[in-house]
Amino acid sequence: MSRLQVVSGKGGTGKTTVAAALALALATEGKRTLLVEVEGRQGIAQLFETEALPYEERKIAVAPGGGEVYALAIDPELALLDYLQMFYKLGGAGRALKKLGAVDFATTIAPGLRDVLLTGKACEAVRRKDKQGRYAYDCVVMDAPPTGRITRFLNVNDEVAGLAKIGPIHNQAQAVMRVLKSPETSVHLVTLLEEMPVQETVDGIAELRAAKLPVGRVIVNMVRPALLDEAELELGLGGTPRTAIAKTLAAAGLGGARGAAGRLVGPLLEQASEYAERHALEGAQRAVLAGHGLPLHELPLLADGLDLAGLYELAAELRAQGVA
Amino acid sequence: MSLDPARDPLDVDALLDDPKTRIVVCCGSGGVGKTTTAAALGLRAAERGRTVVVLTIDPARRLAQSMGIDSLDNVPRRVKDVQGGGELHAMMLDMKRTFDEIVEAHADKERAEAILSNPFYQSLSAGFAGTQEYMAMEKLGQLRSRDEWDLIVVDTPPSRSALDFLDAPKRLGSFLDGKLIRLLMTPAKMGGRAGMKFLNVGMSMMTGALGKLLGGQLLRDVQTFVAAMDTMFGGFRKRADATYRLLQAPGTAFLVVASPERDALREAAYFVERLAADDMPLAGLVLNRVHGSGAAELSAERALAAAETLDASGAPETLEASGAPETLEASGAPETREASGRAAGSAENLEASGIVDQEGGKVGLRNSSEFEAPDSPEASGSSPSTSSTEDTGSGSGSVSGSTSVEQLTAGLLRLHAERMRLLTRERHTRDRFTALHPEVAVAEVAALPGDVHDLDGLRAIGDRLASTRS
Repeated sequence: MSRLQVVSGKGGTGKTTVAAALALALATEGKRTLLVEVEGRQGIAQLFETEALPYEERKIAVAPGGGEVYALAIDPELALLDYLQMFYKLGGAGRALKKLGAVDFATTIAPGLRDVLLTGKACEAVRRKDKQGRYAYDCVVMDAPPTGRITRFLNVNDEVAGLAKIGPIHNQAQAVMRVLKSPETSVHLVTLLEEMPVQETVDGIAELRAAKLPVGRVIVNMVRPALLDEAELELGLGGTPRTAIAKTLAAAGLGGARGAAGRLVGPLLEQASEYAERHALEGAQRAVLAGHGLPLHELPLLADGLDLAGLYELAAELRAQGVA
Repeated sequence: MSLDPARDPLDVDALLDDPKTRIVVCCGSGGVGKTTTAAALGLRAAERGRTVVVLTIDPARRLAQSMGIDSLDNVPRRVKDVQGGGELHAMMLDMKRTFDEIVEAHADKERAEAILSNPFYQSLSAGFAGTQEYMAMEKLGQLRSRDEWDLIVVDTPPSRSALDFLDAPKRLGSFLDGKLIRLLMTPAKMGGRAGMKFLNVGMSMMTGALGKLLGGQLLRDVQTFVAAMDTMFGGFRKRADATYRLLQAPGTAFLVVASPERDALREAAYFVERLAADDMPLAGLVLNRVHGSGAAELSAERALAAAETLDASGAPETLEASGAPETLEASGAPETREASGRAAGSAENLEASGIVDQEGGKVGLRNSSEFEAPDSPEASGSSPSTSSTEDTGSGSGSVSGSTSVEQLTAGLLRLHAERMRLLTRERHTRDRFTALHPEVAVAEVAALPGDVHDLDGLRAIGDRLASTRS
């Protein structure tokens, strides 16, 4: 099991949700995990229904069997000052640099530096040990940038190498890359069974592989329940006379076959045909994903929307599927 | 037909037809269909007679193809097969190319070459968080000043924060004009290290710290870059300011795009507030992928209750209610969603069948091939007692032979119940937004079952965008 689990996915696929569920799942039975956020969106806090997370590791959930989930929202500016203090004892200079705009420069403008700081902090948490020499966290789960940017984000080495050929940034990038390209890391991609997210996932897999970053699993999120089987679809959309359906609806107490129940038939069959179209499309997308030789997992769409209970449900599902 | 219309529907056609509307900016969080909305709006406006250019930022390949353009690039290309009197042009932002063009336009040849080959410039123009936003706004300004189009539809970058495109130009502008740059420039300007002695001690400590942090060579690259860019600096902030004012101008209309989901609408609400704070003209909210039902009078609860009634009454008619799933199990399928769906009570039904079977990484619906196992003895053996279905026209008789009209109808009702739950949830989410922002006009776009592949698909979305009008 990789100790750094990076979760990416196209916008709107629920990667933050999956990352959180994964952190919960990995914490089950007395483990301790750290869930890190790198984009300053406070998505984790919203998901766990707590106030905004500071730049500080904080316990946010207890997993089944006594495990703990900690969360950290990495702020690049604070990470930079942290880093200056840690390595150069530049606390005071850090403040002066900030006043000058240099911190802003390093964290938002200078290409790649921001990403080195963010991934660097996550890698530090992965490697950190307590006094007894045990790892501080059994596992670190990162809610990472979306698929379109993930390779560039993780491949800080390439990004920074052209710029900083020597010096501390260079060394830091090298150290980070050693962790990210090792089996200690696993990059998962979250998708929906729709064309655009699947295409983006396929492209993402290719890019990650080209950059020699370890691709882990593909997690299909929000899978809708299968409510009609093929036989029923075929029957409904082909063979069955509408009057027979109207009579059956009437028999089930939904009004007269020529009245209220009868008026339902058209819309119900229309919904069935939409369902059939989507079902076929989902099948095709599933086949596309299956062609990449990665473990494929599916998480159900939660009928009543996502809340904290739903998150635990998804975590249990991930465990049941052997993801954690 | 769909949800109750929002209190104040957004009249998309009036917005697109108004000759005073010159710029439409589509913004919203990732994955809500922003780019598709921008393309559909552009097509609709063109087909209603306007000369339109759509500036997309990072379109999915399929979307570019849907406009008949295989590779969108930094130059507007005319889209073929647009009906009506207008024209549609489409382009994709190439941020590096756009940045290069600025450099080429504002520096003499020698200096431009020095800048373009500088490693720091190359990273800055290709990648940093913010260049894309800055260049999108820069491109918008360019398109607007060319005055070849009477409507520009802009998609916004998929930023970590959906608002970065408002802030990034200022940030880059102030960096390029700022104190840090001046400090970095000083040594290069004054002829290298000799200039350093003119700096006060604090400042040289600063460059020292910076040098430590960035590495000496990177610092030199930045300094050379800055020295070469010297003449252009004032321009960056000026242009960033000009674009910002252009966004506030009366001819601009912002459309916030969202899907009826909690996160997307939360982001949308944040957006609405931010636009108001910045005096940006908001035209309304486009709510994509809203589900409706032609049978909305039948509630989820009644539909499920009726489905259960049918399950019970259907039992004696086919061999058993679960005749079909048993057949499937016998033919080697793992526990199918069919079986779990039937077995579970109606309330758990959705969830129970949503959790898909796991078998060597292959999942759920792929088992559907098992439904077409006509050579299984059980399948052919189960007598087609469903004479009422008259399934003469259907292809594989043995399949439908094991499903009764009761089962079919129960399935239709369950499908409807799921639709109604979804619809209720979406309505609830939308109402929470409209309660907070009653002033925002809303256009709801009914969900398409499939994806958009061509102009017809974009046209269909345009029709749905405009049909909210009450």
